[in-house]
Amino acid sequence: MSLRVSDLKVYYKTLKGQVKALDGVSFEVGDREILGLAGESGCGKTTLGKSLIRMDGRMRHIGGTVELDGEEMPIGDDRRMNAFRFHEVSLIPQYSMSALNPTRKIGKMVAELLHSRGVALDAGKLRGRLDAVGLPHEVLDRYPIELSGGMKQRVVMVVSTLLDPSLLIADEITSALDVSTQKAVAGALAAFRDDGLVKSMIFVTHDLSLTYQIADTIMVMYAGKLAEKAPAKEIVEAPRHPYTRLLINSLPEVGVRYADRKLTGIAGSPPSLLNPPKGCRFRDRCPLAFAQCEQEPPVVEVAPNHSVACWKA
Amino acid sequence: MLKLDNVTKVYRVGAFGGKTLTAVGDVSFDVRPGEVVSLIGESGSGKSTIGKMILGLTPVTGGSITLDGVPVAPGKEYYRHVQGVFQDPFSCYNPVFKADRVFQMIKEAYYPGVSAKDWAVRVNAAVRDVRLDPDQVLGRYPHQLSGGQLQRLLIARALLLDLKLLIADEITSMLDASTRIDVLNLLAELKERGLGVLYVTHDLSLGTYLAERTVVLRHGRVVEMGETDKVFGNPLHPYTRQLLAAVPRLHASWEEAEPVTDCPYHRGEASGGLFEAEEGHFVACARLESCPE
Repeated sequence: MSLRVSDLKVYYKTLKGQVKALDGVSFEVGDREILGLAGESGCGKTTLGKSLIRMDGRMRHIGGTVELDGEEMPIGDDRRMNAFRFHEVSLIPQYSMSALNPTRKIGKMVAELLHSRGVALDAGKLRGRLDAVGLPHEVLDRYPIELSGGMKQRVVMVVSTLLDPSLLIADEITSALDVSTQKAVAGALAAFRDDGLVKSMIFVTHDLSLTYQIADTIMVMYAGKLAEKAPAKEIVEAPRHPYTRLLINSLPEVGVRYADRKLTGIAGSPPSLLNPPKGCRFRDRCPLAFAQCEQEPPVVEVAPNHSVACWKA
Repeated sequence: MLKLDNVTKVYRVGAFGGKTLTAVGDVSFDVRPGEVVSLIGESGSGKSTIGKMILGLTPVTGGSITLDGVPVAPGKEYYRHVQGVFQDPFSCYNPVFKADRVFQMIKEAYYPGVSAKDWAVRVNAAVRDVRLDPDQVLGRYPHQLSGGQLQRLLIARALLLDLKLLIADEITSMLDASTRIDVLNLLAELKERGLGVLYVTHDLSLGTYLAERTVVLRHGRVVEMGETDKVFGNPLHPYTRQLLAAVPRLHASWEEAEPVTDCPYHRGEASGGLFEAEEGHFVACARLESCPE
């Protein structure tokens, strides 16, 4: 088992109190597995990704453990995490345009970055990685402004994985790209896993149909908690949690027309995590809610590798 | 209603404007009342430039844009009938003022004679039209509202005018999956009330969901256009096929489309008319008749 997260709680400290962005999440990612993480905005996806690599000043590690390759990661301790950061776990951020230094050529920037981690630049390896994502070697002599959005995103992908991390977190990396670039970037990401450059991967996105293309397992989160986790095919073909079903029903597909079949969004909005409601957090928006939902549903394994947190599942 | 005839836009680029870049070349299509036309293209295909030219935000280099036969003249009278909504709702509001100030600005500019009481009734009706609860959204600051709410308020603002045409430029790309559908359904309701909508997007599935007709752009030129069913049911241009194949779908894995090779349109070099493949379905492929496909 590559990554094991047990009962992880990460809260944001604000003037009004603690925002319970991650409230007891447990899951595992196996070797050579791509875990797709889906959910609406504000359900804790990005917080989960960030807490595995670097907590910002407002985030507090309240409880739970994270184990990577059998070793516990001190995620609450910024200084001790330095040993793990980029060597063991790495992140591809969403906005590649703002991740690159505009005043440096790409090649120089990569060398400086590696120097800051105390590693010498291996030019052959860097060129090999550029080939792997389908970028010409000339990009090393270019400034970021000379590259397109998809190319910048791929440069950031190469930089994030140069130190061969075991776990790679890709946070909404394709949302700003158009469809054909999206496909190329997602393909390059899957190739990282296939070529063994990274051992496991967490792919964060709100687009279920894209996750379905590359993920082995999909985990759906709602309001800081796990709603459902199952193999990608099962989530899409036989979802058990009402939230997953509604999420899938709200996806337009090519060929679906307003005149033929009107899609519906999910009424209401996710609850405030400052004072999350007791019991099932999806209760207020759920079409199936009944009296028992006032108690919190446990995460139950309803089929092999298929866990759901719903009383009606 | 809205008609574009051989519209061309050339930008001057480089130091001292020494070079030129044709962002839009020879684009002709029309939008009728009660119809959604989706304009589909990748980044740099000129789709936003077309939207801007229709809104009069940037001048046209060649060709003409007419609304009900009258050439587009940006000004108060024109904006009474044509309005635009853009991608990022957060940057459309001034963060130090309450969000409903955008309605007040419409009143000051267009309806100075309407009494405050009557205006409040109209604002409430427009806000309800976009399926928001006036009590929840009026009197709030932009940061207190969600992206979907802000985007819908901008549509409500446009509805207060005597609107004929709405330019919706990537209005759903910053919203998440479930809010996205709510906004799209709202556009569909507006369409049923007789409004013409030009829906600019790079997302094919969103485009096909709403639109009666679709225009596919590449490098500023129309590669394929016509009724949505025909364009996507029977895509003829290799570029359209490639786009379709790249759309992630839920129940099927990505298919490999044949690569687009050696097509003068693909390289953006060729110019020429559109070829009518079947009724109401136009393809810009110079080689279509001799094409082995």
